[in-house]
Amino acid sequence: MTDKALTLKRKFAETRFKIYGLASLFLAMVMLVVIISSMTYRSIPAFTNYGINLEIKLANEFIDKDDLDYRGIIRETIFSLDSECDDRKCRRSFSKLFSSGAAYDLRDALEEDESLYEKNFNFYILFSDDADLFYKFGIDKNLPENERRLNDQEILWLEGFQEKGLVEKKFSSNLFTNGDSREPEIAGVLGAVIGSMYTILITLIISFPIGVLAAIYLESFASKNRITDFIEVNINNLAAVPSIVFGLLGLALFINFFGMPRSAPLVGGCVLSLMTLPVIIIATRASLQSVPPSIREAALAMGASEMQVVFQHILPAALPGILTGTIIGLARAFGESAPLLLIGMVAFVVDIPQSVMDPATALPVQVYIWADSPERAFVAKTSAATLVLIFLLIIINLAAVILRKKYELKW
Amino acid sequence: MVTEMDQNVNIDDVDTKMEKKSLIHCTDVNVFYDDKQALFNVDLNINEKEVTSLIGPSGCGKSTFIRCLNRMNDVIETCSFNGSIIINGQDIYDPEIDVVELRAKIGMVFQKPNPFPKSVFDNVAYGPKLHGRFLNKSDMNNKVEDSLIKAGLWDEIKDRLNEPGTALSGGQQQRLCIARAIAVDPEIILMDEPCSALDPIATARIEELIDELKVNYTIVIVTHSMQQAARVSQRTAFFHLGNLIEVGDTEKIFRSPDNEQTEAYVTGRYG
Repeated sequence: MTDKALTLKRKFAETRFKIYGLASLFLAMVMLVVIISSMTYRSIPAFTNYGINLEIKLANEFIDKDDLDYRGIIRETIFSLDSECDDRKCRRSFSKLFSSGAAYDLRDALEEDESLYEKNFNFYILFSDDADLFYKFGIDKNLPENERRLNDQEILWLEGFQEKGLVEKKFSSNLFTNGDSREPEIAGVLGAVIGSMYTILITLIISFPIGVLAAIYLESFASKNRITDFIEVNINNLAAVPSIVFGLLGLALFINFFGMPRSAPLVGGCVLSLMTLPVIIIATRASLQSVPPSIREAALAMGASEMQVVFQHILPAALPGILTGTIIGLARAFGESAPLLLIGMVAFVVDIPQSVMDPATALPVQVYIWADSPERAFVAKTSAATLVLIFLLIIINLAAVILRKKYELKW
Repeated sequence: MVTEMDQNVNIDDVDTKMEKKSLIHCTDVNVFYDDKQALFNVDLNINEKEVTSLIGPSGCGKSTFIRCLNRMNDVIETCSFNGSIIINGQDIYDPEIDVVELRAKIGMVFQKPNPFPKSVFDNVAYGPKLHGRFLNKSDMNNKVEDSLIKAGLWDEIKDRLNEPGTALSGGQQQRLCIARAIAVDPEIILMDEPCSALDPIATARIEELIDELKVNYTIVIVTHSMQQAARVSQRTAFFHLGNLIEVGDTEKIFRSPDNEQTEAYVTGRYG
C-alpha cells in the first residue's frame, strides 16, 4: 500500500470513529429529552386544580371561634348550588364532587385573616379528584353508568357548574405545600422533600467525616500489609452490594437492636450512610492518589511531619475530587428507595416531619407510593414528584460542579 | 568513637590537602530496598561551605545516597539503612533525633521543580512558618525578600509575589524552590539533579547561583552532566553500582583520576 493510501485509510478510520461518537452522544441526548419531556407532559395536569368560587356567608351568624363546624359551613355553601337536592343519597353524591380538604382550607383562611369571621366572602372550594379529572379529560359517557367514576346525575351537575361559569382553574400550590394525602387533589411532596433533606443531612454528617478520615488513614498512614489489603478489598465489595441489603441490615441493627424509631430520617440516614461510605472512601482515595507525589516530597523535605503534609498540602489539593465524590455518593443516596422501604420510610405520613426523629418518607419512596395508588389523579402526581426529584438532583450536581471549580488548584 | 572520627578527619585532610573542615561524615553506609542492596559500605566526608558533586551512571546509587543525608528515604517503606552519618557531631540516624528538626537544617531541591500550588510568597514563607519562626509580619516579609534575593529571583518577581508559584517559568520555579529551601537557614542544601528539567540558560543561571550560595552553605549536588560537576563543584565523588569508587578534588577527578573506571566515565568512554 502506498503512503497516500495509508493516510487516506487512517483519515477514514478517524472520521468513522467521530461519527460513532457523535451518534451515541445524539442517542443519549434523545433518550434524555424523551424521558424529561414525557415526564413533563404527563405531569402537567398535576400542576393545576379545578375549583369553584362560592360565597361563604358568615355575616349575621353567631360564631364560636373555638368550636366552628367548618365542614358544616362548606356543606351548607355547596348545597346552596342545588336546592332540590335534599335527600341523603343525593346529598352524599353531590358532596362527593368537592374535595374533603375544603374544610381545612377554610380553617386556614379564617385563621390567617380573622376579619373574615364577620363577613360574607368568596371562597375557592377545590373539586375532588374525580370532578377535577372530568374537567381536565372529560368522561366517556358510552360506558355503562356503574363502570364510571361519575354517574349521570353527577355529570349533569358538573356540566351545570361549567355552563354557569362557576368553574375556575388555578395553579395547584398544594403540590408544593402539603404532605401526602389519600385525596390526590390535596396531596403534596413537601413532606417527602423535607424527609429526604433530613435523611441526606444525616447521611452527610455520618458518612463524610468517617469516609474522608478512613480514606486518609488508609492512603497515607496505614502500613501496607494483609490486613489493609483485606480492608481495601472489602470496601470495594461493599460498594457493589445491592442497596436493599443495607436496608435489611438497617432493620436488624438500627431498629431491632439499637431500638431507633421506625420510619425516621435518622435511621434512613444511617442506612444510606452505610451505602455511601464506600463510594466516598473510594473517591477520596482516588483523589488523594492523584495529587502529585512531588508535593509530598517537597513538604517532607521542608521538615513537615506526615500529618502536616496530609492536611496542609495533599488534602487541599484533593478537596475538589473529594467533594465531587461525596456529592455524587449523596446524589445516589438521595435517589435511593429500596433500603428505605425496609426500614419503614414507606409509611403514609401526612404531617410534615419537624425533626429527624419524626416519621417521614423520602421523595423516591413518595414516587413509589403514588405510582402504586389506585386513584387516576395520582398518575400525574407521580410524574410531578419525579420531576421534583430530578430537579433537586440537578441542583445537587450543580453544587458539585461549582464546588469543584471553586477549590480547583492551578498546577 | 569520637577519636576514630577525628582520625578519619585527619586522614582525609592529609589526603586531599584541604584546609576546609569536613561537616558530614558518612561511615559504612549500606542501603537496601527490600533485599536489593543499593549502596555498599560507602565512606564519604563532605566539606563545609563548598560544593560536592556526586556523579555516576544511572542507578549507581547517588540519588539514594543524597536522600540518606536528610533521611528522605525513611518515607519509602521498603528502604532500610545501616551505617552512620554524622553531621555536626550528631548521628542523624540516632532514634532520638527528630526528623523534622534535621530537615529544618538540611534543605533539598529536587529534579523537577515542585513549588507548592500557593502564591510565591507563601511558598517561601512556608518553611519559616512551619518551624514557628518570623511570626511577626514585617520580619516574615524581610525573610521572604532576603531569601528571594539570595536565590536571584527577587528582581524578576518582586511584583508577582501573589501569583501562584506554579505560574512561573521552569527555571524560576527551580530558583523559587531554592529560595524556599534557604528560607529556613539550613546549613546544608542537597540538590538532586536540579537542572535536568531546565534549558541551558536557566541551567547557567542556577549554576551561577550555586556558586554564590557556597559561601554560606554546604552544598551536595547530584548531577548527570560532567561538565556541570566540573563547573560548579570543588570535590567530586564517583559512584558505580552502589559503590563509591573515588572521591577527591574535582580537578583531580577530571584530570588524573586514580581509578580506571573513573577515568573511563569522565572521559566518556563508558556509562
